[in-house]
Amino acid sequence: MTGPPGILAAAWTIARKDLTVELRTRAAFLSAAVFTVLAAAIFLYTWDPTAVAALDLAPGVLWVIFTFAGLLGLNRSFAAELADRAIDGLLIAPIRREAVFLGKAFANLIFVLGVQLVAIPTVVLFYNLPLGWGAIAAIAGIAVAASIGLVAVGTLFSAMTVNTRLAELLLPVLALPFFLPIVTAGAQATVLVIDGRPLTGALDWMRVLVAFDLVFVLACAVAYPFTIET
Amino acid sequence: MHPVPTPPLATIETRGLVRRFDRQVALSGVDLSVGPGECLAIFGPNGAGKTTLLRVLAGLLDPSGGTASVAGVALPGGVAARAQVGLISHHSMLYPALTARENVEFAARLHGLASPRASAESALDRLGVLGHANTPVRVLSRGLQQRVSIARAFVHTPRVVLLDEPYTGLDATGAAALSAALEGLKSGGAALVLVTHHLDEGLAIATHVAVMRAGRFVLHERRDAIDPASFATEYRAAVGVVG
Repeated sequence: MTGPPGILAAAWTIARKDLTVELRTRAAFLSAAVFTVLAAAIFLYTWDPTAVAALDLAPGVLWVIFTFAGLLGLNRSFAAELADRAIDGLLIAPIRREAVFLGKAFANLIFVLGVQLVAIPTVVLFYNLPLGWGAIAAIAGIAVAASIGLVAVGTLFSAMTVNTRLAELLLPVLALPFFLPIVTAGAQATVLVIDGRPLTGALDWMRVLVAFDLVFVLACAVAYPFTIET
Repeated sequence: MHPVPTPPLATIETRGLVRRFDRQVALSGVDLSVGPGECLAIFGPNGAGKTTLLRVLAGLLDPSGGTASVAGVALPGGVAARAQVGLISHHSMLYPALTARENVEFAARLHGLASPRASAESALDRLGVLGHANTPVRVLSRGLQQRVSIARAFVHTPRVVLLDEPYTGLDATGAAALSAALEGLKSGGAALVLVTHHLDEGLAIATHVAVMRAGRFVLHERRDAIDPASFATEYRAAVGVVG
C-alpha cells in the first residue's frame, strides 16, 4: 500500500471511470450529439436569411446548443452514481470530497468538449460560414474557456439536484442564471471572431472567461462537500 | 508483583452515540467497543437503527451527539478514518457498465494500493469470482454481484469491516467464501460489525452479540455467554415480540 491518493490523482481516477462508463454506454453523448444536430437543423429551417444574416445568427445558435446539449450530460453526471448507491463507494473512499467534484467536472468537461466537436462543424456547415482554420481554432479556444466555467457550475448543481424528484427540471433552472455571464462572454467573443474583427477584442472577452473559470472552479470545488448529506 | 494485563485498544468505540434525522432519533445513545479480531453481530427489527449505526461508523453520516472512533480516529474522521474502513451495504456500490475487475480495481486505486490490478484480482480470487473478472457487472447474477461487491469492500484489507446483511443473495459457495474471507480478516486483526436478521449467521462468526431496538442496544453480551438454542426466544423478548 502506498497510502491514499492525492486530490488530483483521485480526481483523475474518478474522471477516467466516468469516461469509461460513458464510452461503454454512450447514452448521454449520443443523445447530446443528436440534440446538437437537430437543434441546428431547427434553427436553420426557422431562419429567414433575408431578415438576419448567417454571420449574425450563427453565434447565438452555437451558444444555445452548447448550453443545452451540455446540460444533457451534466444531468447524468451524478445520476449515474445513484444506481446501486455507487456514490457511497466514492464517499467512503479515503479521498477528499473535492476530488469527487473535480473528477466529475473533468469528465463532464471532456463530454462537453466532445459535444462542441460536433456542434462547431455542424453550425459552420449548416450556415455556410466563411471561416478559415484560424477562426475555427479561435472559436474552439473560446468554447474550451467557457466550458470550464459552465461545467464547474453544472457539476455542482447536478450534485445538489440529483436526489430531488425533479432533478432534470431543477438543474437548468438553477444553473442557467449562473451560465449567463459565461455564455454572454463566450457569445460576444464568438461574434467578434465570426465577424472577422481583430482578435484583441475577443481576447478581452477571453480574459473575462478565464476570470469566471477561476472563480467558479474554486467556489464550486469548495462548495461541493456541503452538498453531501452527512 | 505481576503487571496487570491491559486489554487491547478498541478498534471501534462509541460512547452515547446519537444520530438524529431532523426530529427523528435513529440512534439514541449507543455504547459499543470492538477490539482487533473481534466481531460484533447486531440483530434487530427493521427501523431499529442498525444501518444508520453502520453508516455513521463508515463516515457516511456524522454523529449528532456522543463520541465514536474507528481505528483510533474520532468521527467524523475524514480521510484517515475512511482509509481503514470496508463497507458492505444493501447496495452493491458497483458500476453496471464496468467489469468486475474494473470495479474492484477502481476501489483499489481510490485506496492508493501499489498494484491495483493485482490487488483486485487477488480480492476477486478470494471470493471465487476471478473467472468473471472480465464480465460486465450488469450481466452477473445477484449473487455474483454481491461477491464482487464484497471483493470491492475487502480489496484494501480494512482494519474495520462493516457488514449490512452481507449474506443476502449468496449461494452456499458464495456464503462459504464470504465466511472464509471474514475469518481471514478477523485473524488478521480486523474488527467486524455485522448487521443481520439471520440469528444463525450472526452467532456463527460473532465474538459479541447485541440486539438493537429503537436506536439503542437492549441486549449486549459476549457470544460465549449466549446459548444458541435459546437465543431466538431471548431475541424476541428483547425486541418486544410476544410468543
